[in-house]
Amino acid sequence: MGLIKRAFKTWLLWELLVGLSLTGRYLFKKKITVEYPEERTPLSPRFRGLHALRRYESGEERCIACKLCEVICPALAIRIESEERADGTRRTTRYDIDMTKCIYCGFCQEACPVDAIVETQEFEYASETREALYYTKDMLLANGERYEAQIAANLAADAKYC
Amino acid sequence: MSGLDMAAQAGIWALEILAITVPVALSVAYITYLERRVIGWIQVRKGCNRVGPAGLLQPLADGLKLFLKETTIPARANKFLFVLAPILSLTPALVAYAVVPFGETSLFGLWDEPHVMAVAHLNVGLLYIMAVSSLSIYGVLMAGWASNSKYPIMGAMRSTCQMISYEISMGFALVTVMMLAGSLDLADIVRAQQGGILHWYMIPLFPMLLVYFISGCAEVGRTPFDLTETEELVSGYHVEYSGMWFATFSLAEYAAMIMIALMTSILFLGGWYAPIPALDVIPGTFWLLAKTGFLVFLFIWMRATFPRYRYDQMMRLGWKVFLPWTLAWIAVVGIFIYTPGLDAIINFWMPWR
Repeated sequence: MGLIKRAFKTWLLWELLVGLSLTGRYLFKKKITVEYPEERTPLSPRFRGLHALRRYESGEERCIACKLCEVICPALAIRIESEERADGTRRTTRYDIDMTKCIYCGFCQEACPVDAIVETQEFEYASETREALYYTKDMLLANGERYEAQIAANLAADAKYC
Repeated sequence: MSGLDMAAQAGIWALEILAITVPVALSVAYITYLERRVIGWIQVRKGCNRVGPAGLLQPLADGLKLFLKETTIPARANKFLFVLAPILSLTPALVAYAVVPFGETSLFGLWDEPHVMAVAHLNVGLLYIMAVSSLSIYGVLMAGWASNSKYPIMGAMRSTCQMISYEISMGFALVTVMMLAGSLDLADIVRAQQGGILHWYMIPLFPMLLVYFISGCAEVGRTPFDLTETEELVSGYHVEYSGMWFATFSLAEYAAMIMIALMTSILFLGGWYAPIPALDVIPGTFWLLAKTGFLVFLFIWMRATFPRYRYDQMMRLGWKVFLPWTLAWIAVVGIFIYTPGLDAIINFWMPWR
């Protein structure tokens, strides 16, 4: 009996038909493609994209040039120089991030004691030159101003898990 | 026949040839599109939908890209044969369409009796198609040889081996059709299947339908048998080809694939007849193209489903399964035809007897 059944299955291409019916059913399934420039997948509040330097509401820079981010950066992408200001506080004179080196691990924002350096949800900043990917302090502060609302909302959304 | 008549006849032939090659070329282009869409859908993707509405201009973009690509000819290659090989593989694939009967028409009663719609209504059409389609092997062999390189020559050996092996069982499968139809004329073979789905040769010759279709798959190198274009075997005979000459090979492959689908519909699926005689009011060409379309879709569906055969498994299937099976079926059909008593059964499919 088993032999006859096997012979029928072989000659009627049973296994092949089973396979075809499976792919045939997948033909009508809902497609999962996301058509990227028009459609986007949701981003996590913890998404690690383009960096930004934040300011206090008073307009003062948050960064106190403690250089923890520079130390922890595994790719050595951050370069900081600092000096003492007239009022006795220590501030950066130079804060550069080389985006061609950065691996977007997020250690810098974790290390930061004053939430100055953060990573935004922005990820579409590809450029045709290397120079454009070398972000200076001014560019990072500008990013902070541009994305402050988003950054604050994400920090608030994530705060209860910290 | 006067000179004017001859010129008119030549003009009609040229028009007939155009009326077949242009749709074939177009359908080749759009089958590549359909293939990408269907395989995409089966893989739960959307497939190409960027170029033009629903991606319909994609084949044109692909063609343009291939035309603009540089054709490199290896320095040590035999240039004449290298250029000749793609032409030699495309030509037989297109020439075979000359005898395909696309239906019967009396041109809305203009002619008294219906004429067969074929460029050349040959009374040995089946033989012609077998002969012409095996010529494409020369293109493959020549491409491998002319490249003057290791991988192409090995790929050419592999592909030729595959094509020759499966051509034998294909030929024997066609012998059974010939025995039932009693003719080599493709139009006669179709007419012998008149009268509804039960009269089609896929009923008495079902195993031969499977053998023919699967062998056809192997013959044109479609997916379960696409050892000619595998990555792990360093592609095949067309490793050294690029640009338009490379595209010519895939044009030939797709043209041959449509040919196999057409021949399967003509030989086993009742050609231009509807499954129910009452539906024959719809022109026969529609039925033939619908059957062909379904088979082409089946080719694509199979490509999205089956993994590739290993070389030795493929040879085993061709020589140790298909060949004995077709030979046995020839014997079975022969016994049915010539044994008194049994011939009453088989006569159902042999109306001409």
